[in-house]
Amino acid sequence: MKYLPDKAWWQRFGATLRYSLYTAVHPLDGFWDLTHEKRGSLAAANLILILAVLIDVLRMTLTSFQFVLVNMEYFNAVIVIMRTILPVFLWVVANWSLTTLMDGKGRMPEIYMAVCYALAPSVIINAVMIVLSRLITFDEGAIYWVLAGFSVFWTAILILTAMMMVHDYSLTKAVLSSLLTIVGMGIMVFIFVVFFSLISDAVSYFVSLYKEILFRVL
Amino acid sequence: VRSEKINNSPLNNLLVRFFSVLLFSLFSFPFSLLSASPTNYTYNYDFWFENVASPDAYYVSGYILGTGLGIGAFRDPQGLFVRDNRVYVCDSGNNRIILLAYENGEHRLVSVADSVTINGERSPFNYPMDIFETRDGFLYIADTNNQRILKLDRNWNYISSIIKPDDESIDESAEFLPLKLVVDYASRLFVQARNINKGLMEFDSRGNFAGYMGANKVDVSIIDYVWKLLSTQAQKERMELFIPTEYNNLCLDNDGFIYVTNSNMQADPVRRLNAMGQDILIRNGYEEPVGDLVFGNAGGISGPSRFIDVTALDNDSYACFDRMRGRIFVYDFQGNLLYAFGGLGNREGCFLQPVAIDRMGRSLYALDSRSAALTRFDLTGYGEKINSALDEYHAGRYEASAKEWEEVLKMNGNYDLAYIGIGRAALRQGEYQKAMKFYKLKHYREGYGKAFQLYRKQFMEENLWKILLILAIIIIAPLLVKTAIRIVREVREA
Repeated sequence: MKYLPDKAWWQRFGATLRYSLYTAVHPLDGFWDLTHEKRGSLAAANLILILAVLIDVLRMTLTSFQFVLVNMEYFNAVIVIMRTILPVFLWVVANWSLTTLMDGKGRMPEIYMAVCYALAPSVIINAVMIVLSRLITFDEGAIYWVLAGFSVFWTAILILTAMMMVHDYSLTKAVLSSLLTIVGMGIMVFIFVVFFSLISDAVSYFVSLYKEILFRVL
Repeated sequence: VRSEKINNSPLNNLLVRFFSVLLFSLFSFPFSLLSASPTNYTYNYDFWFENVASPDAYYVSGYILGTGLGIGAFRDPQGLFVRDNRVYVCDSGNNRIILLAYENGEHRLVSVADSVTINGERSPFNYPMDIFETRDGFLYIADTNNQRILKLDRNWNYISSIIKPDDESIDESAEFLPLKLVVDYASRLFVQARNINKGLMEFDSRGNFAGYMGANKVDVSIIDYVWKLLSTQAQKERMELFIPTEYNNLCLDNDGFIYVTNSNMQADPVRRLNAMGQDILIRNGYEEPVGDLVFGNAGGISGPSRFIDVTALDNDSYACFDRMRGRIFVYDFQGNLLYAFGGLGNREGCFLQPVAIDRMGRSLYALDSRSAALTRFDLTGYGEKINSALDEYHAGRYEASAKEWEEVLKMNGNYDLAYIGIGRAALRQGEYQKAMKFYKLKHYREGYGKAFQLYRKQFMEENLWKILLILAIIIIAPLLVKTAIRIVREVREA
């Protein structure tokens, strides 16, 4: 039992989790205090990320088929999960690598925390959208799509503000570093793909070599 | 082992088959022909563009060869036309036109024409490629290599002819090679001629050239345009020209509209033209009527379907003939694929080089130029059910159509149109939940939305008092409790 966190931890966890609602509506003030005043916690950030992943899976499965139509025959939850988690981690790594060179003040855990907190409103909006999709018809879909666009827009603004505050950047510098981060994410993905294809080529070479030896020498 | 062998003996098998067929035909519905000789793999596409096998909608009921008619084999036949029970085959390679009559399930040779007599002089046909019989009994023949169109009466007597029109839009030196023609109810003649890409040539009832109709649009993409700007003169000359493409076949439907097909992928494969030459084909299916949605490159055949001919049926559905894979695609008047069948090969119901398709009532005739044969397809019981459901639907009798669709579903549980048809009837009868269920099964969003809207309204009207009651309790209960507490407190303090 002594490994379980104590009551004070839970209280702080609750307070930091609730703070994500504050950052959603007061991004400038909120993200500054998030790291500089230690008002956020990594535990809360993790939970928000998990919720974002969960809500994305639920969105694919529970939304009325009028709006989101998934061929369940080929539905792969792992890919859906990775679709949220992977960009977050790529962003954190690419952004940290860039901002260390660009006088960014944020450390890697801080960047991670800020990005996760920025996802909070989209989690809530998506949950509302799932319920809403079951109550409206295809013709009334405009409401649904406006909400969807709004959630993306809001999240983008929050991430930008978060980067601004965490690294103590001006707006132009934040925009520039974010664009470069996206390029960096692309480069990382490219290198991964090249690396894996090389590895698989190398492995298949040795496998065929082994087979050849078995076949001819032994 | 011994007894197993006996059980599997051919005689035993035959007996079992015989009795099962006997039993089946005793208890089944009047259409006893479910599937006589199977056509090649009948299928459809579902919402996800996946190939769904289906029972045969057509079976081969006749296979006509020139030798079978006693007039020697056809050679390179190109044209086919059917009016009532008369089947015209343009035996182009033999420079003759053959008229058959379909009577009591047999094709009887009526006449063979290889020439006309003009002013007492015999004038033989030269590679005639198409023929059309009007409702008032005149024959129009595209006598291609003679560069003329002949108008004859029903007994092959010469009336008049149309030669290359004297018009500035046609190059002086160019040959006039009429390939395919139709005549509409106003006796206007529409001709598709080789190397004419301005559309169909239109001739008025006296045979005077009246202009062009329904030219294909040219779609030039920006990339093509930029590429052209960057290339040299020599390269440009070798490029494909940005010109409208020629139609390759046409067909007149019951309403007097002209279906045209097109096989080079620059324009819609099939179109329905009105008198102004505008495309009025309805495209409400999962995908536009383009033939195969998913295709591999098996047997050296790759790429999309290429329609070579089209024929319109009475209920405004139409059949397109694909020359790439020898398949026949039948679409309903909304553009939904009903069934696709056929294929390339030497089997019955397959083709080597498809050239033309036409219909007699609900039966289809398909002409194959390389195997020089005409194949007749008749509807199976399954196909009959689909067509009568469509007829009812087309006439606006949704309930009657739903009954037919239910029969179709018994034979093919994967038939999307049947589900949607049943949903449509349920919606009109006020069974919104049933409609929603059937629409949802086949991912029909618009229909589901409508049914759901009505269901929601009904639900709200019926349960409004419950909802209001719950809301009232939620709002009033705390107030009551608060007041009660206050009163109790006041009483105590007093």
